[in-house]
Order: sequence, then C-alpha cells, then structure tokens
Amino acid sequence: MTKGFGSRVVLTLLFLLLSFVFLTPTLVSKLPSWWKGMMPTDKIHLGLDLQGGTHLVLEVDTVKAVEGALDLIATDLEDTLTAQNLRYKRIGRIAPDKVQLTLYDKGTSDNVQAQIKKKYPEMELLSPSEEGGFVNIQIRMNDKVAQDRKDKAVAQALETIRNRIDQFGVSEPTIQREGINHIVVQLPGIKDPKRAIELIGKTARLEFKLVDENVNAAMATPGTLPEDEELLMEKKVDQTTGAVSETPLVVKRKAMITGDLLTDAQVRIDSQFNQPYVAIEFNSTGARLFDQVTAANVGKRFAIVLDSNIYSAPVIRERISGGSAQISGSFTEKEAADLAIVLRAGSLPAPVHIIQNETVGPSLGQDSINKGLMAGLIGVLLVVVFMTVYYKASGLIANLGMVLNIVFLMGALAALGATLTLPGIAAIVLLVGMSVDSNVLIFERIREELRLGKTPSAGVDSGYDKAFLTIMDSHVTTLITAAVLFQFGTGPVKGFAVSLSLGIIINLFTSLVVTKVVFDFCLSRLRVKKLSI
Amino acid sequence: MELLKKTNIDFIGMRKISFIISGIITLVGIFAMVQIWRGTANMGIDFSGGTSVQLKFAQPIHMDQARAALAKHNLKEANLQDIKDGNKLLVKVGKTTLETGKAADTIQDVFKKEFPANPFTVESSTEIGPSIGDKLRNDTLIAIAISLVGIIIYIAWRFDFKFGVGATIATMHDVFAMFAVFFIFGKEFNLLFITAALTIAGYSLTDTVVVFDRIRENLHKNLKVSVITVFNGSINEVLSRTIVTSITTFLAAVSLFLFGGEVIHDFAFALVVGIVVATYSSIFVASPIVALWERKALSQAEAKA
Repeated sequence: MTKGFGSRVVLTLLFLLLSFVFLTPTLVSKLPSWWKGMMPTDKIHLGLDLQGGTHLVLEVDTVKAVEGALDLIATDLEDTLTAQNLRYKRIGRIAPDKVQLTLYDKGTSDNVQAQIKKKYPEMELLSPSEEGGFVNIQIRMNDKVAQDRKDKAVAQALETIRNRIDQFGVSEPTIQREGINHIVVQLPGIKDPKRAIELIGKTARLEFKLVDENVNAAMATPGTLPEDEELLMEKKVDQTTGAVSETPLVVKRKAMITGDLLTDAQVRIDSQFNQPYVAIEFNSTGARLFDQVTAANVGKRFAIVLDSNIYSAPVIRERISGGSAQISGSFTEKEAADLAIVLRAGSLPAPVHIIQNETVGPSLGQDSINKGLMAGLIGVLLVVVFMTVYYKASGLIANLGMVLNIVFLMGALAALGATLTLPGIAAIVLLVGMSVDSNVLIFERIREELRLGKTPSAGVDSGYDKAFLTIMDSHVTTLITAAVLFQFGTGPVKGFAVSLSLGIIINLFTSLVVTKVVFDFCLSRLRVKKLSI
Repeated sequence: MELLKKTNIDFIGMRKISFIISGIITLVGIFAMVQIWRGTANMGIDFSGGTSVQLKFAQPIHMDQARAALAKHNLKEANLQDIKDGNKLLVKVGKTTLETGKAADTIQDVFKKEFPANPFTVESSTEIGPSIGDKLRNDTLIAIAISLVGIIIYIAWRFDFKFGVGATIATMHDVFAMFAVFFIFGKEFNLLFITAALTIAGYSLTDTVVVFDRIRENLHKNLKVSVITVFNGSINEVLSRTIVTSITTFLAAVSLFLFGGEVIHDFAFALVVGIVVATYSSIFVASPIVALWERKALSQAEAKA
C-alpha cells in the first residue's frame, strides 16, 4: 500500500463534493428551500459576451470639474463683493486653474485679498499686478488641490451613475472605477442600451435662467451679446412627425436656481393635454429662492435649462411659493421618466464621455454559449477517443483526470464568483487538450520504465517521479503568461486568463494526485499484473 | 498503440533547412509587425479605435447595395463583411469625426432608412474611442514584454542562461509566425489575437521545457558522448510525447475552430496555427540553438585546457 493513499482519496472526493455543491445552483433550475439557508446559491456568472448586455467605459472630464469649481468661487466672490458694496470691474475665470478679480483701487484690493485668504485658505493668492489703473488679483488652484478635486469628481460621478442605474432598474450591474478617470459600467441583459447610455451620460445640470426679451434672439450671435448673457436653443420635438425644431433664446448667464436645490422629481400626467411632465420639489432654500425670483419677475419668461438645452421657457404668471414647480416639454413618457431619474440622482460633477461601448445582443450571446459548449463537447470526445485508443486502460485514467479537471474548474469558477466568458470557454477547451499532457508525459516515462523490465507498480512509481519536475516546469511557465494576461487583460481576455490559470493549477492536482490514486488502487487492490498502456 | 517505435532522427543535422524556413517566417512576422506599427495592417478596432456593428437581417442583403447606402450617408470608408450563415452583415468604420456613441446609431439609421422592407436586429455593436485604443495597445505591449522577461528569468533559474535564451527565441519565433500567418491571410489584429499569441507563447514554452528537461537529464548521465548526440537523443526520446500532446491539443483547437462560432473563429484559427508552429519550434529551433552554443562553449573550454 502506497503511503498517504487514503488521505489522497479523501482529498479527491472532498474536492469533487465541493465542486458539485458550488455547481448545483447553476445546474439545478429550482433549488429546494432547505438549500438556500446554508448552501451557496450563486450561479456561474456569465460574461456579457455570453448573456448579452452592454459594457461601457466612461471618461470623466476632470478638467471641467476643476473649471466648474473655480466658476463657483468666481460667482461666490461676485456675490460677496456686491453684498458688501465693494466695486469691481470684472471677476471671472481666465485659465483652467485661475480666477482673476479686476478692482478699481488698491484699498479695495487689500481688503479683498484678506477676505480671500480667510475664505479660501487652500487657494494660492498670486501677488497683485496693476494694469491701466486697475488692480488685478489672481487666485490659482494649486495642483494638489486640483488633483484632489478631480479625484472627488470621479468618485462623485461614480456614485451618481450608480444611483441612476439603480433607479433605472438593471439587475446585477457592475460599476467600477478604473485607472485615474475611467468608470467601467456593465449592464448585463439590458434591453434598451441606447436609452440607458443616454441616461448615464447626461450631465443633468439643471438651471433656471431668466430670458432677456429685449435682445432679438434670432439675430443675436455670441459676439454681440452683453457679457452676462448667452444664447441657448429651445428644442421642440413634434410628437407626430418626430421633427426637431430649434428656437434660439437669449438668457442671463447666471442661473437663478440650480438643480442641487431639488429634493424630489416625479413624472405626472397633465390631465388636460394628456402630456407627461416632471413635477419637482425644492428644499427650503430652493423654495425661498423660487418664491423670491418669481415674485420679482412676474410677466417675464423663465427658462428651464438642462445641460445647456432649454426644455421650456414659460412665462411667470404669478408668484410661486410652496417649493414645487414643473418641467413640461414635448417629451414622451419614457423621456419624462428618465429626466426624473437624472434629476433625483443629481447632476454629474463633470461631463463624462463614452470612450468604449460594447453591446452584445442576447441572441448572439445564446448562440455563443451553444456553439462554445458544442465545440467543447466535440473537443472532449475527440481527445477521449484518441487517448483510449492510444493508451488503452491507462488512457481511460487520463480521461477520468481530464473530466475531473473540467468539473473542478467549473466548481472553482462558481466558488470564486469568477466570470465565464467566451474566450474562457475557449480556454477550457484548450485545457482539455493540454490537461492530458501531464499524463502523456507520465505514460511515456512509464512505458520507458516497463521497457527496461520494471514491474507495473515500480514502473508507475518511477514514471510519476521522473515526470514530476518536467510537469512542474511546464505548468509554471504557462502560469506566468496566464498571470500576465490576468494583470493586463480587460473584459473577455481577463476571463480567459482566469479560466486558464485556474485550469493549470487544478491540472497539477489531478495529474499528480488523482490519476496516481487510480493507478495505485488498480495495482494494489485489483492486483493488476500487466499494465494496459 | 504506439505511433512511433524507437526513433533516431538527426534533428540537429536538419538545422540548415529549418533555420532557412524559420528565418523566412520570422522575417515575414517582423514585416507584419512593422506594418502594424505603421498602421497599414488590418487592425481591429480594439487598437485603432472605431465602430463595428453586426446586424442580422430578415432577408439576404446585397453587399453592393449596403455599401452604396452607407456611401450615400458619408460612410464611404465603411468596411463590410458578409457572414455566411443567417443573413448577417458586419459593418466596420474606423476612426471617424463622429463622436463615440454616435457612429453605431448612424449605421443603424442608414439601414433603417434605406432598407425599410428588410428589418434587422443588432447582434453586437462595439465602439472604441481613439484614446482607449492607444491605452489597450500600450497595455498589450507591456504585457508581452513582461511575460517574455518572466519566462527568461524562470528558465534561466531552472536551467541555465543558454537554455533561457533558446526557449525565448523559440517562443518569439512562434509569435512572429502567428503574426506572419495572420498578415498573409489578411486577418484582423485585435485583442483576441494577442490573447491567442500569449497563450501559444505559454504552450510553446511548455513544449520546449519538456524537451529541455530531458536534455538536461541526459547531459548529466552521459558525459562522454558529444553534445549533439545527447540533444538528438533527447529529442527522439520525447518525440512520441511531443506528437501525442500536439495531437490532443490540436484536436481541441480544431473543434473550436470548426464549431466554436464566428465570434472566436479567428481566435481558434490563431490557436491552431500556433500549436503547429510551437511543436515545430521546440524541436527545430530551440534545441539546435542551445546545442550549437553549448558545443562552442565546450570546444572553447577544451581549447583553453
């Protein structure tokens, strides 16, 4: 009796049992209720290439986040100086990282500098310069603060996108940060990818701006407008023809109220025209502001601007208090629902750009699974037949090892929650071919030993011994490339690397331990006299 | 059953022919890589950026009509590919002025408008912005470099430096050969191809390591016999293993190639080619290099003594 025979049998059976336990949720469609309490319930995750879905890589425009932060500081300084009756010529951002204040005299300049230092200690105050009788003060956001800001923008964008997707309703989405400014979004099994992408990509900066009707918008160009006004387009979609018409409107650059003062947004249906609209609720600050602004501007038009597009620009008929308002426009119920989602989830701190978008339809995914499984089955059969013909009974042992390999690998994939992709299936098929290699190495050694006249059991033992180092070497080298693929691969390639490296490690176990156990059993218990090899 | 009885083939003696064959393969492979570098090879959109949409139509669609329809909407440069089974059409557009996220929609709109009587479903659509294409290409180059270094270090540690270099040259030879075959057949270089190339690098190495292991074992046993004889003998001893393993792996890869479906068709093709080349290189490239080098080192040592 070879040493450790019993423990190796136990180990093999234990792994087999574990594999089946972890595979049960995948294989059995309806789990009994007692199973759910203590047993694993996760199926093998299928990659998007197998079940269909959308894989997006978004790039957060972090430069815009810094610019936005500086614009806010500029507006805040404007308000502060106006409130204190300090006169200034101009305050504005002059570079991606700089805000400049142009003041009339040195006295005000000293006062303002002191205030800036107190209010924005993290900002760098550059020494003031005089130019044509004006004093210029520049404040700069230093690189470290800017980096921090960018970092926060990405984190915040991630959170906002997650909120939106949660409300949109996708089962098991993956939303991860990758690298410095990339966000990876995976939406398995999604039916309307276009709608989801629009929902995710919308910056959703909601602003309420006053319309200036003294300027003829049709004639205006950005150059001829006063500095504090801008030209925006009001888009109207004709519900029956689908034609888009654009009407230019001149609005004040400064927003009276912004979307961050919202507490809720819901879709309602207008009973009179049977049109959907979005009802919004402001928080107390927003309600107060809305009350003030509408009271002061009765009779004027108020533009509701989302991402620089005007949704609607109704005339303020009366003072609106109570903190609720509505956004109507010519949108469908779905569009209204999506608008409500983005308003509830909040705006993105910076625009995002889609830099990678891969969508696989569900039919192609199912097709890929079927073909992958078919190819795998045929591959297994071919190898099984070949090995049986070539090595006879010993070939059967190698085949047993190979099948166990597949079962263990599937079990391990399920247990680790790894994702099975199409290249992953390919890796498994390739492993089928390679997994018998260790046995081939051993068998060839055994044949050599038998030729030298050794007894079957001595031949088997020294065959395993002599092949051991070679098997280790060949596995480690393949493992090196698999590990590199895992580290640098993305998406399906990573899935391939996972299957490949797990397969290699498992194969080491089956070829060195499991098949040896079978040989030992046959030779010692069944008292096989002549090896069939 | 045994395919081969005891063989005694002079593999190292065939080095003149095999080095010429390998030299040509390698040169074509290097040429292919230069073309990739210059951007004139058939690059997949993974690396160059662009859009690819696969549509499944209700009725067969004519390539010429499809091409004319796309040209009418400023997508002249679109590359069309007919997929044999099931009225499928693959439309590829390289980097365009269209914003990422728009090109796929544009293509779908064109077909909706121009072929209203032939409805289709979108089977897959991929859009890759130019910046991520660059990132993927750089990451891939780093991956290849790191795995080669890792391989040299491991083999150099397990054997010695000469073997490490021999194994690396053989591995690179196989990768070059895969590039060469793909280039000649006009197939597309994409991420899946690189994955296949790295997999074959691992497989080729396994093959080479098995031969090297036997050589090392025999070198320790027979100190009297000439280096070339030991190398030849060792290759012959493991020859049946080499062939058996190549057959089983080849069978698995071929079944992927024939039955795996269009998505991994090229990937499986790369694996099939790679397995053939890897088997060849472990015998005809890796061992002769080390054998000649070893013999030279020995004769120099003798000359000194």
